[in-house]
Amino acid sequence: MPATITEREGESAGSAIITNDFVIKFANVNGSGSASANSLFAKCVLRMGVPIAARNIFPSNIQGLPTWYEVRVSEAGWLGRRGGVDLMVAMNPQTWAEDVRSIGPGFYLFHDTTKPLPPSMARDDIHVIGAPLTRICNETYADPRQRQLFKNIMYVGALAHLLGIPTDTVERLLQEEFAAKPKLIDANLHAFHLGRDYAQSSMAPIRLRLSPADKVGDRIFVEGNSACALGAVYGGATVCAWYPITPSTSLAEAFTAHCKALRTDSESGKAKYAVVQGEDEIASIGIVIGAGWNGARAFTCTSGPGVSLMQEFIGLSYFAEIPAVIFDVQRGGPSTGMPTRTQQSDLLSAAYASHGDTKHPMLFPADPTECFEMGALAFDLADRLQTTIFVMLDLDIGMNEWLCAPFAWEDGKRLDRGKVMTRDDLGAGIDFGRYLDVDGDGITYRTYPGAHPNKGAYFTRGTSRDRYARYSEEGAVYTDNMQRLLRKFDTAKSLVPAPVRRDAARRTPYGVVYFGSTTPAMHEAIDALERQGRHVNALRIRGFPFSDEVFDFIRAHEQVFVVEQNRDGQLRALLINEGGVHPTRLTPVLHYDGTPITARFITAEIAGQMKSIETMPVSD
Amino acid sequence: MTYITKPKFRHPELEQNARGFTRRDYEGKVSTLCAGCGHDSISAAIIQAVYELDLEPHRIAKMSGIGCSSKTPDYFLGASHGFNSVHGRMPSVLTGANLANRDLIYMGVSGDGDSASIGLGQFAHSIRRGVDMVYIVENNGVYGLTKGQFSATSDRGSRSKRGVVNHDAPIDMVALALQLGATYVGRSFSGDKHQLVPLIKGAIAHHGAAFIDCLSPCVAFNNHEGSTKSYDYVREHNEAVNFLDVITGRAPIKLDQEAGALAIVEQHDGSTLRLRKIHTDYDPSDRVGAMAYLTERAAAGEIVTGLLYVDPNAEDHHDYLNTVEAPLNTLDSEALIPSASALDKINASLR
Repeated sequence: MPATITEREGESAGSAIITNDFVIKFANVNGSGSASANSLFAKCVLRMGVPIAARNIFPSNIQGLPTWYEVRVSEAGWLGRRGGVDLMVAMNPQTWAEDVRSIGPGFYLFHDTTKPLPPSMARDDIHVIGAPLTRICNETYADPRQRQLFKNIMYVGALAHLLGIPTDTVERLLQEEFAAKPKLIDANLHAFHLGRDYAQSSMAPIRLRLSPADKVGDRIFVEGNSACALGAVYGGATVCAWYPITPSTSLAEAFTAHCKALRTDSESGKAKYAVVQGEDEIASIGIVIGAGWNGARAFTCTSGPGVSLMQEFIGLSYFAEIPAVIFDVQRGGPSTGMPTRTQQSDLLSAAYASHGDTKHPMLFPADPTECFEMGALAFDLADRLQTTIFVMLDLDIGMNEWLCAPFAWEDGKRLDRGKVMTRDDLGAGIDFGRYLDVDGDGITYRTYPGAHPNKGAYFTRGTSRDRYARYSEEGAVYTDNMQRLLRKFDTAKSLVPAPVRRDAARRTPYGVVYFGSTTPAMHEAIDALERQGRHVNALRIRGFPFSDEVFDFIRAHEQVFVVEQNRDGQLRALLINEGGVHPTRLTPVLHYDGTPITARFITAEIAGQMKSIETMPVSD
Repeated sequence: MTYITKPKFRHPELEQNARGFTRRDYEGKVSTLCAGCGHDSISAAIIQAVYELDLEPHRIAKMSGIGCSSKTPDYFLGASHGFNSVHGRMPSVLTGANLANRDLIYMGVSGDGDSASIGLGQFAHSIRRGVDMVYIVENNGVYGLTKGQFSATSDRGSRSKRGVVNHDAPIDMVALALQLGATYVGRSFSGDKHQLVPLIKGAIAHHGAAFIDCLSPCVAFNNHEGSTKSYDYVREHNEAVNFLDVITGRAPIKLDQEAGALAIVEQHDGSTLRLRKIHTDYDPSDRVGAMAYLTERAAAGEIVTGLLYVDPNAEDHHDYLNTVEAPLNTLDSEALIPSASALDKINASLR
């Protein structure tokens, strides 16, 4: 079993070989073609059966600014961001100082040795290695673009030698990648070998090693946005209206691509879907609501600023009871905030979006597998509850490829269209009141426009109306409806995904509540804390409104840490507000600098804030 | 808010159309607008148009935003589904509804505040996309529900009821619609039913984005001297370029006596538009010419009305998106959910 990160922390120069447990970071200039080389490296490690967690750190820019790709290699399977760097591939002079500073003592700086490192970059506690990438490329290639691109593949070649990646793994990956453009296979392989040969002939071995393992299994490596989009396809979404915004853009693009492949009518070649790039987020949600009103499954994808713009329509969806799905790929706020960094900071603005008394169900996927599942489930819930459902992911899950369980689907699964009165129901003379709570669960029956020649038509409005959809400003009629909406929200508790509980090996008065992209770091932190003798029971929240189980968990522990990636403790605020939990029971653990939360951070925070509790709970 | 319920009683000998509906079958609730409001005349014209076209009420969806005009869908076509949405956002809601079910007829009713001010963007983009709809702006140049503020279509120099003069340049929705690619553009006057009813019929029969700017005086706040949207002013400055007669596909075409001044336009759905020209040199199939003519006459202080532009072979949003013929809201699980094996293939490509 390789060492865990917390043990390795602060470790200085040594000579022991470290296998399958390190962090390598690539510092590049964006627009330089580094992404495909870095992705090739990541996939090589996966093909060797060694789990990785890979993250892009990128600017809001197309060309010329710094970008990083961080690969955490972890045979133990820890998929959160570790923090620290063991091997820095520094390809960007702009960020040298910062990059060199981030390397752990005793570890490695790999650079392009064509030019000497500036003396100011010198650190005597790290190993400086490298290859003359620019020189070799300039000698080999005449085309400036090739000189640029192949430099990246060359460093992959050098790393392959240093770390021990088999050449046939690289070959296979290049063949798969460029199956449609075979010329590129040889060209890339050539550059790969230039780097590999140089490393073999001229570079000393390093302490970091990759060794084949069998820890990846059948897992897949995929971005959350793509997974959400695929979930939307399996969830029966036919209308997508969206407005470009980082980090959600790739979700709409992936939906279009998945639909082209999976939803094109084989006979006519026509589309069984419609994707509209709206003129703004307001139009996008308007289109979704129009389609939802008319019985199609529709969604939009956006980020915080878009959710702000959609507020009025979200209130209409709540009050007029129209199904809609919003994927909120959260980023750093407020305002334009940190558009290319991650946060979980839209919880409050989504939960209570719009004016007046409103509440909206939210789903919190923890990885792309859940993005797929919840992406599909959201449409059933929207139809069942006839309201807006938020799928709350974030940039970390949405735009990074995560190693996760393969997508699964059972053939024969049917779309749950909720309570809809059909032409036959109406024809049979069943009493139709659009806002009549026949079943007592707060959910009423609706009709699709055009359903029946002379029955079931009603006038949809965001204005107060009675149970038969007739305009009314009477106080009692209004409150009757608002109370029913609360009943409906209560029904939602049992429909959103249940929380997932992980109990410590022994009984403990400490609990921790977390959700979404915090999950992998949390799991690792629990492990680290346990080895420090600090035991915590953990509850991962997957849906809002919170089920009773969530509040039972909180009541069963003396101190509950609420770990989240925002400044104000938004999940904590929701727990206090919705469950009447006393604020002192909930200790906030907040990470919000825009980088994904780490196990190191959580471990230190929980260890540091743990109150000494004498009494053990009688039961949990 | 209507406290008066319309009596269901109707005269047994009320005339029926080919589908067996009387005019009453297309009516809605009792209007709550001011007596004499132009909007009520437009509602009546809509009722007349769908009655004459023999349409089934439930095949029509009425969409609106917020404002006096947007309340009117409650006052016509009571047997149709209606959606009174958000201020200025009717076009997006209509677009989404149309994407979900291409088989219904979408009638978007809006006002000058709803479409020229808060909703100008949505108006523009729904027209650009060629959404198959009838988009009627009930244009009174004033905010009625909030009691008399100028709207974006108020003419420069026009005076409010309180005597304030408007200094901002007006937005001409017809000029915008032409520029944005609307494929059926008309302007009319709520006080001229003979012109308005056929214009609405032609718009319903049209496949593509049909826009009608209908001047509709506000008796409460914009019908005084000094207003350029009053009954008197519009009557005095109305310059009709043609009179329209809409014949649905099944009816035989009768030749008009004034054959020299008659233009016959066959639309996509087989309906025929017969245009009796008043200005013989006005060509409603010439978008650029229409824009030039309108600009010229507007400068002379005239309000040009009639069918101003039509592209009988227009395409719509669904044509551009290449969507299947069946309405998307009728596709079932079988048609929409890919197989588990398709998912396995995707999984395999992600390893």
